[in-house]
Amino acid sequence: MDAESLLLSLELASGSGQGLSPDRRASLLTSLMLVKRDYRYDRVLFWGRILGLVADYYIAQGLSEDQLAPRKTLYSLNCMEWSLLPPATDEMMVQTSVVKGRFTGDPSHEYEHTELQKVNDGEKVFEEEVVVQIKEETRLVSIIDQIDKAVSVIPRGALFKTPFGPVHVNRTFEGLSLSQAKKLSSYFHFREPVELKNKTLLEKADLDPSLDFLDSLEHDIPKVEP
Amino acid sequence: MGDPPPAPDPSAPQPSSRRSSQVSEQRSQERAQLPPAVPDGVQQMPLDAQVLRSSQEILESQANLQSWSQGASLSPYEQLAMFQAEEAQLGGMEYPSLNTGFPSEFLPQPYLDGGGIQVPGNASLMQQLQHGRGNVFQELESAYQEPRPDLLGQFSMYQREDLQFSASAQHGPYMSDDPALQFSPSELGFMSFSMQVPEPEPRELAVQNAKAYLLQTSVNCNLSLYEHLVNLLTKILNQRPEDPLSILESLNRTAQWEWFHPKLDTLRDDPEMQLTYEMAERQKALFVRGGSGEGEQDMEEEVTETAVPNIMETAFYFEQAGVGLSSDESFRIFVALKQLVEQQPIRTCRFWGKILGLSGSYLVAEVEFREGEEEVEEEEVEELTEGGEATEAHGEEEGEEDEEKVTDVIPKPTWKPPPVIPKEESRSGTNKFLYFVCNEPGRPWTRLPHVTPAQIVHARKIKKFFTGRLDAPVISYPPFPGNEANYLRAQIARISAATHISPLGFYQFGEEEGDEEEEGRAGRDTYEENADFEGIPVLELVDSLANWVHHRQHILPQGRCTWVNPLQKTEEEEELGEEEEKADEGVEEVEQEIGPPLLTPLSEDAEILHTSPWTTRLSCSLCPQYSVAVVRSNLWPGAYAYAIGKMNLRCIGYDGAQPGCDFMSS
Repeated sequence: MDAESLLLSLELASGSGQGLSPDRRASLLTSLMLVKRDYRYDRVLFWGRILGLVADYYIAQGLSEDQLAPRKTLYSLNCMEWSLLPPATDEMMVQTSVVKGRFTGDPSHEYEHTELQKVNDGEKVFEEEVVVQIKEETRLVSIIDQIDKAVSVIPRGALFKTPFGPVHVNRTFEGLSLSQAKKLSSYFHFREPVELKNKTLLEKADLDPSLDFLDSLEHDIPKVEP
Repeated sequence: MGDPPPAPDPSAPQPSSRRSSQVSEQRSQERAQLPPAVPDGVQQMPLDAQVLRSSQEILESQANLQSWSQGASLSPYEQLAMFQAEEAQLGGMEYPSLNTGFPSEFLPQPYLDGGGIQVPGNASLMQQLQHGRGNVFQELESAYQEPRPDLLGQFSMYQREDLQFSASAQHGPYMSDDPALQFSPSELGFMSFSMQVPEPEPRELAVQNAKAYLLQTSVNCNLSLYEHLVNLLTKILNQRPEDPLSILESLNRTAQWEWFHPKLDTLRDDPEMQLTYEMAERQKALFVRGGSGEGEQDMEEEVTETAVPNIMETAFYFEQAGVGLSSDESFRIFVALKQLVEQQPIRTCRFWGKILGLSGSYLVAEVEFREGEEEVEEEEVEELTEGGEATEAHGEEEGEEDEEKVTDVIPKPTWKPPPVIPKEESRSGTNKFLYFVCNEPGRPWTRLPHVTPAQIVHARKIKKFFTGRLDAPVISYPPFPGNEANYLRAQIARISAATHISPLGFYQFGEEEGDEEEEGRAGRDTYEENADFEGIPVLELVDSLANWVHHRQHILPQGRCTWVNPLQKTEEEEELGEEEEKADEGVEEVEQEIGPPLLTPLSEDAEILHTSPWTTRLSCSLCPQYSVAVVRSNLWPGAYAYAIGKMNLRCIGYDGAQPGCDFMSS
């Protein structure tokens, strides 16, 4: 949710039952303004809240002019003081995939995970148990990244791509019509496109290069775990 | 579009005009002439004879074809149509009327060369024909063959078109399949072998361009002007309105609308908006106070007692806790509950929560009926189950007899289905409360059936999203006995049993109770409010989970709150097959299942994956004096309870989400 239209967005998203208490709302409005000023972001989005056992994390993201550039993620425990999170890397993903369970709410908490590693000692090969420590911050970063890649969605027409490359917010976007809003094809993933290059030329011919430069939601197949 | 050729060709008084006015004139003429259509030339008589023979069978299709045929504004199309009309065996009648009706402005030649382009119109028609009447097409095809030789022979005037048609007829079966074929110039070459076709003139090119232009599909949809006009004329001919010229515009509009393609946006908006309008209408009914004729007396009555809870107040507290629906939705829920209370004989009512589904959500109300207001439905259900038991008993009898008679019979499996555990009586255990659901405030409330232990046991094993329709089947493995309404009820039962909590001391057991023996077994299942409850400070509520207790009975693994020995036979069953059962009893003994008794503190709840199943918070750390203690369940995400110490507030478990994620059975 954009920091500027935070209250309205919260009202609209209230159907799911999750909301913010008035004190959190007020502190968010204030602190997001300050974040925008200090970090010089073009747009600050309130990403959401991750529930933990002891405390909850409130996450915000800052975007620069180019909307598709990698975003900076910040977290806060009290909606007032925000800390920057490191960008996500693939190793983090692999590392944190072994951790299960709820977040504790303490960013310095370390999860311990024992792994069996093969150690070559001359001719012998034996397995040793190695205890790997994973920080909760790392886990937070990778979870946010995974969620973003999977479900961050933007309607078609909200962003447009300039010929030079950067992606901008479309100021003339008035929203989707009712019939368009019901179709999955009018929504795109808000991330670097992965499927676009796999499209056939025939499909690409129908696309508008300034608007259709992201993956559509139409062809998503959810992964089913047995 | 090209200019119409100026000089009328007397040898070929072909119908053709691209101007719509002329077309409309022609159409009117056509229509005037069609019913009493008299074949003009003697040449056409034999054709007619043939035509009329088989015409009786497919009159309707003929009408359509004829209208299709007349729908085109281009003569080539009409020629095609005429040919098709012959296929439909009205050809003879059509031909002359069309011929005489239309000023001959166009040379036939251009259209010959445009034959390749004409055919797609034919193709689309053919397709429509095929779609509509598969059988008819075969008949038509057979009809083709007969008139064709006649055509070729007799209509020297129209020879070129005929040949053209013949060419297309020979390619008849291909037309709908392969549009590329029609576009190819090979046909033109094919046709030219026996015709003296003049070289294409620039005029013809213009005509071809015009036709191609008309056939191009519009940007919005797959419809081309050509097809649309065909459609329009078909419609007009079918309906035969009086004075069609004056209502031509509206007919045009309707024809567009009926084509099932997205049309002008101004038309499209209206039907779509109606969904939200309907919803608003329904909700408006909620806001109207029932009965305008009732006077002030009702106002007084309402002020004193009503079963509807104060939803706005609880919504406020939940909002402090960071949970909840927006205030206007809460108000709508309040009004909807009020409507429910008016419709049903309800003693107490509570908003249980909202469950989100894929295409719709459920608002759940927990309700207790007044004394003696049992529903008739339950009796019917009981009769059914009794009938079922009787048939089972008969089955056992027959089985015994069979075994004695024949030795060659297939050995009967010794597996007996586990005995069905009877469901709990209403107003007790899992069925203590009745639940009503609706999809949105304003829609009628539906009552959920009572839950059976089997359903609870199965619901523990599966995890499915709710679709939002109560009658949707629940397809899962292991198979769930029931549809979505039963699954919903089972989940509600599990959630209620696990998450309904209150501060310690708010409820206490009644002082006068029965024998201790009974209680030891069944557990206490009644409680009452403690009038002396003074409230626990919020900080203490947050610190220790021991200050909270469950006030709902725990559901045993069996699926009930009170344990029932499944091997206890009723009197009916004991009379039959006594010997078998006695043998079984010795082998199987079921242990009595005991669960934690009522009003056990939360601190004794089992842990999930080494984490506590509950999380407590203060709603606002900045002002602890006025904040609310919030307890959140980690087992059922979305279940929240709040309490404010001094204000004797009841705590409510509020389920705002569908339970999911990794949880263990409660």
